[in-house]
Amino acid sequence: MWGTGVLKGMAVTIKNFFDTYTSKNGIFTVEYPEKRLPEKERFRNFPILVYDEKPEELRCVACDICAKECPPKCITIVKAKDAQGKPLKQPEVFDIDFTVCMNCGICEETCPFDAIYMDHEFELAEYDRMDALIYKKERLSRPWTHFEKIRPTDAKEINERRAKDATKTAAAVKPAPPQASNQQT
Amino acid sequence: MTNTIETQTRPSLSTQQLEVSIGPQHPSTHGVFRMNVVLDGETIVKLKPVMGYLHRNHEQLAENMSWLGSMPYTDRLDYFCSMTNNIAYALAVEKLMGIDVPERAQYIRVIMAELTRLVNHTALVGFLLNDLGAFFTPVLYAFREREKILDLFESVAGSRMMCNYMRFGGVKLDLPDGFVDCAKAIVDNYPPFLEEMERLLTKNEILMARCQNVGILLKDLAVNASVTGPVLRASGVNYDIRKIDKYGIYDRFDFKVPLGTVGDVYDRYYVRILEMRESLKILRQAFKELSAGPVISQKGLIAAKSPRNMKVPAGDAYGRIEAPKGELGFYIVSEGGTKPYRYHVRAPSFINLTILEDMCLGHKVADAIIILGSIDIVLGEVDR
Repeated sequence: MWGTGVLKGMAVTIKNFFDTYTSKNGIFTVEYPEKRLPEKERFRNFPILVYDEKPEELRCVACDICAKECPPKCITIVKAKDAQGKPLKQPEVFDIDFTVCMNCGICEETCPFDAIYMDHEFELAEYDRMDALIYKKERLSRPWTHFEKIRPTDAKEINERRAKDATKTAAAVKPAPPQASNQQT
Repeated sequence: MTNTIETQTRPSLSTQQLEVSIGPQHPSTHGVFRMNVVLDGETIVKLKPVMGYLHRNHEQLAENMSWLGSMPYTDRLDYFCSMTNNIAYALAVEKLMGIDVPERAQYIRVIMAELTRLVNHTALVGFLLNDLGAFFTPVLYAFREREKILDLFESVAGSRMMCNYMRFGGVKLDLPDGFVDCAKAIVDNYPPFLEEMERLLTKNEILMARCQNVGILLKDLAVNASVTGPVLRASGVNYDIRKIDKYGIYDRFDFKVPLGTVGDVYDRYYVRILEMRESLKILRQAFKELSAGPVISQKGLIAAKSPRNMKVPAGDAYGRIEAPKGELGFYIVSEGGTKPYRYHVRAPSFINLTILEDMCLGHKVADAIIILGSIDIVLGEVDR
């Protein structure tokens, strides 16, 4: 009979309408600012620089690898220098342009010093579109404990690897020179 | 709108043809697409697509950065199916470099590709109904399911839509704990959703009246215009690159290629529904056969750690896959350096769009909107 298809279709919409009152999965949207969905551990939005203890002692050694690998080239790094003009292993300037960054996470992947990671923070809107969106070093710094909190699985892996590397380098430095040539550590 | 032309067709009752520019800002053009339409009354006598409003210089950008550097940019081509875009690009470079992909990574790729197909076709069916005037009810149901898969992508790759997950020689990271169970649950819950969608739409008389025998694309024209994907298969041509090329490990899966008979909008809708059912079949097989192992080859891992120093041997390669919208191909030429010499994207939406005028002639304006919707274009890919 003509029209049964439409009626059957309407039965579907009616069912879905009543489901919003009765079923647990009826309403699947979340009223965002008040309620939030749990964050996925691998969620990435914007890079942060991590430090172990003091905010001035970033893990970053200003090697410039992330700035070179960054596809849209949004990172600017200037190496710090000491009083004699000798380059130090820390950044003087570390700026990330939020307007250019496309949140791809390649900086995190290519960093050999575990210094730059993608953060979960996503509410980054600003009223000023010039200076406020250039993230300076101070604004990017986060303690390692922050990273451990947002990405526990990755943090555990990285901690283990770093501990292993530290013992390796310690072992490579300490042994007496005669035997050191045979030890491949 | 701009100029009018005298017609000689009906001398007794003289009418004027009207040129209307639909778009670039129009809710039914799926982005910034513009159609210059010449109308006789409400009948289309001429249609000229105008593209390029979303041109972002994708190919030139890729020629000026490392090989891996353009991987996140491929996400932004067809932003509904970033996973398949990644796979196609990785496939082309892997061909040229001659690196193998480990078994587990191959399965992960298939799982991601088929989930992407579900995402794309589900969203398309919803949007097609939006174009028909069923304002946002079917889209809401479609997005409810799509959202679950996008959450899966987020748990795997870190981002819902801009996944950037594939690497040369494998994938970026292994699947997180509990992924397979979640994905299995989604796959098991999909058939009831598809049945609900079909109850709502397939036998719906209004949908049938609007879609059947509208925008017929004949077999010959479809083949001559090198149309690919569900649009071609709806016209009854058995051409699926998963079956023809058997790239990756697609020769191990048992699935059918659904074909249409008439080649109208209704067939294009229905072929997609059937394709989703086949994708579910592939997914079930993939979950069963997924084994433990490395997810990226040693060579690929080194390249992923330092993309700047990755060199690709001189030569050219064309990697193609059956993306949800059709044949997505990447043609790359290398001079042996760290950047591509030439990088070209064969975008299915762009090529499928060329036959829009042939399908629309003689139909009404409202039909042109659904014909455009049934081709399934994403402007990020059309204009690149």
